[in-house]
Amino acid sequence: MYKIVRKKVLNPTVTLMDIEAPMVAAKAEPGQFIILRVDENGERIPLTVADFDREKGTVTIIFQIVGATTEKLNHKNEGEYIQDFVGPLGVESHTEGLKKVAVVGGGVGCAIAYPIAKKLHNLGCEVHSIVGFRNKDLVILEEEFGAVSDKLCMMTDDGSHGTKGLVTDALRQLIESGEKYDEVITIGPLIMMKFVCALTKEFGVKTVVSMNPIMIDGTGMCGGCRLTVGGETKFACVDGPDFDGHLVDFDEAMERSTMYKPFERSRHEETCNLFKKEAK
Amino acid sequence: MPNMSLKKNEMPAQEPNVRNKNFKEVALGYSAETAVDEANRCLNCKNKSCVAGCPVGIDIPAFIQKIQQEDFEGAYSIISASSSLPAVCGRVCPQETQCEGKCVRGIKGEPVGIGRLERFVADWHNEHCTAAAERPVSNGHKAAIIGAGPAGLTCAGDLAKLGYDVTIFEALHLAGGVLVYGIPEFRLPKAIVQKEIDGLKALGVTVCTNTVVGRTITIDELFEQGFETIFIGSGAGLPRFMGIPGENFKGVYSANEFLTRTNLMKAYKDDADTPIQHAKNVAVVGGGNVAMDAARCAKRLGAENVYIVYRRGEAEMPARKEEIEHAKEEGIIFKTLNNPVEILGDEHKFVSGMKCVEMELGEPDESGRRSPVEKKGSDFVLDVDCVIMSIGTSPNPLIRNTTKGLETNRRGCFVADENGLTSREGVYAGGDAVTGAATVILAMGAGKTAAKAMDEYIKNKN
Repeated sequence: MYKIVRKKVLNPTVTLMDIEAPMVAAKAEPGQFIILRVDENGERIPLTVADFDREKGTVTIIFQIVGATTEKLNHKNEGEYIQDFVGPLGVESHTEGLKKVAVVGGGVGCAIAYPIAKKLHNLGCEVHSIVGFRNKDLVILEEEFGAVSDKLCMMTDDGSHGTKGLVTDALRQLIESGEKYDEVITIGPLIMMKFVCALTKEFGVKTVVSMNPIMIDGTGMCGGCRLTVGGETKFACVDGPDFDGHLVDFDEAMERSTMYKPFERSRHEETCNLFKKEAK
Repeated sequence: MPNMSLKKNEMPAQEPNVRNKNFKEVALGYSAETAVDEANRCLNCKNKSCVAGCPVGIDIPAFIQKIQQEDFEGAYSIISASSSLPAVCGRVCPQETQCEGKCVRGIKGEPVGIGRLERFVADWHNEHCTAAAERPVSNGHKAAIIGAGPAGLTCAGDLAKLGYDVTIFEALHLAGGVLVYGIPEFRLPKAIVQKEIDGLKALGVTVCTNTVVGRTITIDELFEQGFETIFIGSGAGLPRFMGIPGENFKGVYSANEFLTRTNLMKAYKDDADTPIQHAKNVAVVGGGNVAMDAARCAKRLGAENVYIVYRRGEAEMPARKEEIEHAKEEGIIFKTLNNPVEILGDEHKFVSGMKCVEMELGEPDESGRRSPVEKKGSDFVLDVDCVIMSIGTSPNPLIRNTTKGLETNRRGCFVADENGLTSREGVYAGGDAVTGAATVILAMGAGKTAAKAMDEYIKNKN
């Protein structure tokens, strides 16, 4: 069992938790992920490591409440325990030798983009962060990004905070204004990453994406997380989760991510109803 | 008086049309009376050819004699001196090619039902014997086991009995390896596996789940932590795909994924949070035991038509005969001498069919099996909405990629000598991680051999 030592609501649909897992904390690096199970009947879900504290032995996860499992997880409080927590899994993000990088995050994906921006910043790399949200209420980690970025572009779809527009608008402007990046690192919804990649391809800027497909074991056993990258089948859990964005078949990845949508929707509703009943 | 019947006592089983709708165990086990009757078929031969066929060398005639005398606990003691998982082996061993394949009674008639008797004895013991195992006296040495599958569990059990302080590191949240994620409940109830693991814990073995060696901790760090010898039983978990068009459509599973969802994650139960596709028409590609398991699970999940698609003939199938028969009884349709060439998808990228070609058998290949050759112009479309690829697995690269000095062959398997010793001092390996995908009992045999060698290594070192 793994203790929740801190819980913080970042916005109505996104929660942060510090989980006591010293062995995972000792090894975790930005870009890697963990798999957790909330309870005995729970499914295994992958979440990318948002931060870690080797001394305290904690790993930070940030998750969006999208289904039954994240709903159940969100109902857990500080001091309570979750059933299973395993990691760090996957290959860490490549950060060596980078001098100037644009980190592009969208929505809850910013939770994963942040530790990479932080690591790059600590390595002395110039970091331009572009973060996008639907509206002001959904903004997360603004201060944190500010602290590790040489430039921060805050974008919202409706203009309720920062600049109105998409992350690709800001990135295009920066590139067109003459900013030369060694690499663009982008993490967020598949559709966003797809368009970031389309843009950077146009300008010939190397782009790394972090994929978060459906998976079970996270160690290469099930093959459920397979993607087509440069015409080859890759397993996100062991070959990734980072890939060369210009080679990823995003359309296929988007299709594959919808495999269990109807089940997830009905299971989420059931879980919500259950919690409502308990509340009464 | 020996029982000279030419036939084995039949194994009571659930009716095919009942069992293909539930996940309860198919074979129900012998009664004490039947077991004694079957035991009486054993001639207690002097040369014990059956023992030579057993990868862990159980003294088979001796335990069968005990059954004849109705001393079932005595029979258990004899089996457990050689095998640490009798209730498991009695159920999943390919006896027809091992002990029973060598049985003298099999020359004229059917061999003695050794597997069924082993199962009877193990179940009898589990039901009647509540005495806790005695904890062996510690010898003060620490051993680490990587992977809680059949090889690792056996190695752990043997070392614990010798007094070692044993810790098993398991990547998944549950110990058992293929016994819990792969082999279905209806063939091997998970309560039985749990009982075996509880038995190991009673011997003092520590099981650390959720620990991925190669990621959470490395082999070198285990040595730094004071483990003096290490056994790698990490299995062959990486699924293979065919590389044909359409394999990434929704509804194409590796057998590993399909079985893990069903067995480990209990997706067949209504209260499980893990989803699985309840397909109408399913094609399972492959002819091994895993393919049979996947097909029979798909049927139980409600599929109307489940096909086994295999490129050779039924005689060439690597699956146990009993599994093939059970599958057929349950209504699985065998499409042998057929090979998939493409998986078709609908506009939403769900599987809508599988294009196959007919095959015919040509000359024997290097494995001695007749190799299949495509019949030109014979392609047809099988109407399916789910495809399960069960064409083999290879070892996981995690450990070999994170450990210096561990030699592997071109298939990614660890190179180990006949005692399981790898290219690194103190590091032993066995099971599928060394041989590539094989059987539970062979992995157990390797775990056993390694345990003996590890003990000798520690003794010589100190």
